Amino acid sequence: MATASRPALATVRSLITPEGVDLRIKLADAGTRAAAFLLDVVFIATAAIVVTIVALFGLRGLGSGELQPLFVVWIILIFFLRNVYFIAFEAGRRASTPGKRIVGIRVASRNGAGLSVDQVIARNLMREIEVFLPLSIIAARGGTGVADTLTTIFGLVWALLFSLFPLFNRDRMRIGDLLAGTWVVEAPKRALMEDLSARQDPVAKAFQFSPAQLDAYGIAELHKLEEVLRRDDYFAQKAVAETIGRKIGVKIEPIDSKAFLSAYYGELRAHLERKLLLGNRKVDKHDR
Amino acid sequence: MNAPVPGNAVRGNAVRQSLASFRREREADWKALEALLARVEKRAPRTLSEEELLSLPLLYRSALSSLSVARATSLDSALVAYLESLSLRGYFYLYGARRGLGQRIADFFLHDWPGAIRDLWRETLVSVALMLIGIGAGAWLVASDKDWFDAIIPSGLAGGRGPDASAELLRGMLYDGDNGFLSGFAAYLFTHNVQVAILAFALGFAFAVPTVLLMLFNGCMLGAMFQVYWAKGLGMELGGWLAIHGTTELFAIALAGAAGMRIGTRIAFPGELTRMAAAANAGRVAATAMVGVSVMLLFAGLLEGIGRQTITSDVTRYAIGGGMLALWTGYFYLFLAVKNGDR
Repeated sequence: MATASRPALATVRSLITPEGVDLRIKLADAGTRAAAFLLDVVFIATAAIVVTIVALFGLRGLGSGELQPLFVVWIILIFFLRNVYFIAFEAGRRASTPGKRIVGIRVASRNGAGLSVDQVIARNLMREIEVFLPLSIIAARGGTGVADTLTTIFGLVWALLFSLFPLFNRDRMRIGDLLAGTWVVEAPKRALMEDLSARQDPVAKAFQFSPAQLDAYGIAELHKLEEVLRRDDYFAQKAVAETIGRKIGVKIEPIDSKAFLSAYYGELRAHLERKLLLGNRKVDKHDR
Repeated sequence: MNAPVPGNAVRGNAVRQSLASFRREREADWKALEALLARVEKRAPRTLSEEELLSLPLLYRSALSSLSVARATSLDSALVAYLESLSLRGYFYLYGARRGLGQRIADFFLHDWPGAIRDLWRETLVSVALMLIGIGAGAWLVASDKDWFDAIIPSGLAGGRGPDASAELLRGMLYDGDNGFLSGFAAYLFTHNVQVAILAFALGFAFAVPTVLLMLFNGCMLGAMFQVYWAKGLGMELGGWLAIHGTTELFAIALAGAAGMRIGTRIAFPGELTRMAAAANAGRVAATAMVGVSVMLLFAGLLEGIGRQTITSDVTRYAIGGGMLALWTGYFYLFLAVKNGDR
């Protein structure tokens, strides 16, 4: 397989199961992780606000003497909410917080073994100094009116340094991941899609291709074609059909684009799969 | 150009047929695995029947073998992606096997927590020593020049307790029961101390230097405060006031510092491991110790909120403080639960 110049594969790591199959996990990119984290922050903040409002409404009638112990409970509750949220969800069966679940990523142990609760705790305690500590220092200083420019800049630089840390190492790890021996991988739930070559299209049956026409493209183009067909966008299909038609010397009516592409996809795939069975993997159109 | 070569379409169709039948035959198994995984990921495994539970690893292996076949023979990238994600989910479920949360919690209190603390004994000694040095230094500094007090103790925390305060004021603070938002203050201190402990732990990765400084400074603050009371002849009384929760709290902070130092020293001197692996190993022990530390701080917060202002007898204060210290040391260093063989 040609491996030259494939930026998408830079984040693929091999994970060999005890059965000897390489599952090729993909590391989650920084943007996805930031999105997941922001979602989690929104959830936590919402929960904190709801708890506070409910507490305020439920306790209107009480005097300040009775409120004191409840104030303690409230402070401890909010503290636990933030600190336990991440740990409890990541220690669960799906090893991901609701935010991570929404964007389809999860935490995994770097050595491939099961993720232990200790690892989850270590990586999440580190988040406390990576993000919350500098921010809370700034907030506390701001609250008492002694936030000078220097501390604010220091806090922001600190937070920035840590939040950008994943961009500066190969495995996209935070400091917490580094210490806990974890990384964050993509774990999307995919549905089984229909087999495109099993589509029965009466118009498509009319198209016939010669071996020379089928040799025009390789696997990379086949996968792109699959993408276009699954996306089912009329204009994209028309453009692609025109390009292929030009290359293999066939004139296609715009109305027939989809049928033509389906037919060509089916034939091309069967052609390339047959070559594959004979040990010839034609990676792309430049591969002879 | 458009003329089909005889036999080409037929051969193509044969391949297409065999791959289609591969998918047809295996598809039911994949769907079954997907449905089982969706159930066990949401609920506990005991909701599955025994039969389903036994079929899970079989279906997983069948999916893996399908994946190998599909990768080698099929060019349907959606199919391969589906099988990859299905196998990965199965892998994480089957090999990510861990004990249930209840079992995990029991293990934590019986083995992991005391074990981690015992493992950190050297760092704990250093940490306590640093704090004692800090106390000595703080007391000495304030004794030599009382201006040092303002430099060491933030004015918000001092709350009027300074070298210039009268003995009556200082005494009142130690024994007055009705102290405003007292319990709220205790809870504030609790979260504050957890922050200090987390800081001591988390800053350890910078080769333990910030942790050492933090331990020294924490001791310094204590020493400065102590000196103020000692000068007014209230040393014993302040000792009691601090002891009731302080033994637990200071011990917890010392342990947090020890955990931080473990990480820092392991990163600085990884031995035969790579720096990464050494950090990860140390991180696991230290994190276990840290969860314990937050439990200790919770106890300290409760003792402080309930006991500090309601119990005003020095003897009882010392007894509770000493008792807690004895309890913790006994639990960490003397209590050895019998280990199960299969752990």
